[in-house]
Amino acid sequence: MCYIAVEEEKEHMREHIIIRIVSKFFTPFIQLYAFYVIAHGDLGPGGGFQGGVILGASMILYVIAFGMDEGRKRISQKASDIFISTGALVYAGIGILCILAGGAYLEYDVLPLGSHHLASHLGIYGIEIGIGITVAFVMITIFFETAKKEME
Amino acid sequence: MKLIHEFPVLIIIIPLIFALIIPLVGRLNRILPWIIASTITFFCFLTSIFLLFTVLDTGKISYWLGGWEPPWGIEYVVDYLNAFVLAVISFIAFIVSLYSGRSVEAEINEDKQLAFYSIYMLFITGLLGIVITGDIFNMYVFLEITSLAGYAMIAMGRKRDALVASYNYLILGTIAATFILIGIGYIYMATGTLNIADLQERLPALFHSKMVLVALAFFTVGLSLKLALFPLHTWLPGAYTYAPSVVSCIMAATATKVGIYAMLRIIFGVFKIEFDIHFIPIANILIVVSSMAIIAGSAVAITQTNLKSMLAYSSVGQIGYIVLGAVLANQTAMTGSIIHILNHALMKGALFMVVGCIVYKTGIEDISGLRGMCKKMPFTMAVFTVAGLSLMGVPLTVGFVSKWYIAIGALNAGMGYLIPVIITGSLLSAVYIWRIIVNIYFPDELPEPELLYTDGGTEITDNDTYSEAPWSMLAPTMVLAVLCIYFGISATAPLSIAEKAAVMLSQ
Repeated sequence: MCYIAVEEEKEHMREHIIIRIVSKFFTPFIQLYAFYVIAHGDLGPGGGFQGGVILGASMILYVIAFGMDEGRKRISQKASDIFISTGALVYAGIGILCILAGGAYLEYDVLPLGSHHLASHLGIYGIEIGIGITVAFVMITIFFETAKKEME
Repeated sequence: MKLIHEFPVLIIIIPLIFALIIPLVGRLNRILPWIIASTITFFCFLTSIFLLFTVLDTGKISYWLGGWEPPWGIEYVVDYLNAFVLAVISFIAFIVSLYSGRSVEAEINEDKQLAFYSIYMLFITGLLGIVITGDIFNMYVFLEITSLAGYAMIAMGRKRDALVASYNYLILGTIAATFILIGIGYIYMATGTLNIADLQERLPALFHSKMVLVALAFFTVGLSLKLALFPLHTWLPGAYTYAPSVVSCIMAATATKVGIYAMLRIIFGVFKIEFDIHFIPIANILIVVSSMAIIAGSAVAITQTNLKSMLAYSSVGQIGYIVLGAVLANQTAMTGSIIHILNHALMKGALFMVVGCIVYKTGIEDISGLRGMCKKMPFTMAVFTVAGLSLMGVPLTVGFVSKWYIAIGALNAGMGYLIPVIITGSLLSAVYIWRIIVNIYFPDELPEPELLYTDGGTEITDNDTYSEAPWSMLAPTMVLAVLCIYFGISATAPLSIAEKAAVMLSQ
């Protein structure tokens, strides 16, 4: 019964060519905007979390338009698990690098990257990217988990 | 040698990093997560011992995160009180990690074991973070990390009731966290700072402000809910009963202790004792409530037939002792209260680990199933007896030391009428522990068992043949039992630290 419903839904989805084309068209622009928000986190409004949510949303949009199976082909559970850990490790790792460079935890300006100002800028930049990766893939995982429960 | 100065932050960062690494590398080998968890918690234990000795040598350590000077930046502070609690927490975390290997294999689904170790490390990170931070908002953040990890770990229990228990805790824990956050908001509004040392200086001038009063009210209710003070304890019995044994151990031995630490820090560290006594009778209210907790928790424990749920109610009573000692607000009682953080962690940890051993070997959780168990698992039962005697407060065990100090403190405070409460609590715990000891050692004295099946549906097995739990579980359990006796006989080392912490708090 449930299986038939899913099959019907798949048939149903194939008819929505407009949704598919438009979401396929929009996905790269949403992702570009996400990278903009992540990259400008230390200068303007936004940052790793907000950018990560937008990046996650772009992939969720793709999954909504093309279905769960197609989405899982693009981003497997294993890959997203790895990205979740890696993103947060980037954050913690930069903090540890600061300690190794002789400063306190997360004291970016001691990093040997030219001037103190530049080191501070790049340190925050790296952390925003780490947060962005983790948040994006956590969003996707939450979406997949919720959708999976609906289908069962 | 410079890395030594970074220890206050490394004790938080290292478990956090390995909480993230475990899901990455854990797929390679089945026992790798267990090895990582044990190694890292051992590192935390060594670090906390080092911090404890440094504090005893040189006094307070302050660490500025990111090099930002407090009160603007976040500060990690280690003083007598939290160096002591850090050592207790990381020691129990290490012992429970060692113990967890076999128990987790038996009690948690295979696909969730990796997640368990990752969440376990996060849980430890949160606990250590609450204790070490000198920033009240940071404390809230770590409190949430601990609670979220706790909800997930409880939900991993075998029975479906675990989900209900976890959900129950989720709702009440979230309410508690919200109350604490509102409290933080109010004192931030009143003072403009979140640094605990800075708050301590600024608050006395504002003691007449209604806003500060409201903040204290929110803190008291929120923290009481988090540490399961009667009558806000309703989440605790379910959570401890249905969680996997390892989770019951770590939560009973550390999570409520950290709640009590947070209460000590906020009620006596952020607000001063004079405020609690002269402006609002918060201490009197808490004395009444904690006395009720001692009696009611122990009395309800007598009626339980499930071993874990009996120990959970007994925890409610023991939490009453710790809070009672703290709010009597004199040095002796507070020393008793702080030392009871260690003592209760040792004995409740040992008791829950014993239950874990029994469940691993037989699947029995019901008290009647323990009939004649002394022949089957003699070592485990010996540990149960020692820890049970500590819980009663028999002399030469740790329970006696802390109850003695709390009782003397009550006399010093001119509240001799609290002594009967303390003694009644001990007698009630003697009743519920003795009931089990009779079952274990003197089955012939009891009437024939009416039920051959326990509530878990497990048939009571033959208890006569020797079949002891594996050594990887038994050895950590016995270490705790030995410490229960050791610190009961020679309590000078922990007592001297607890006394210094009490002096610091009552200034």
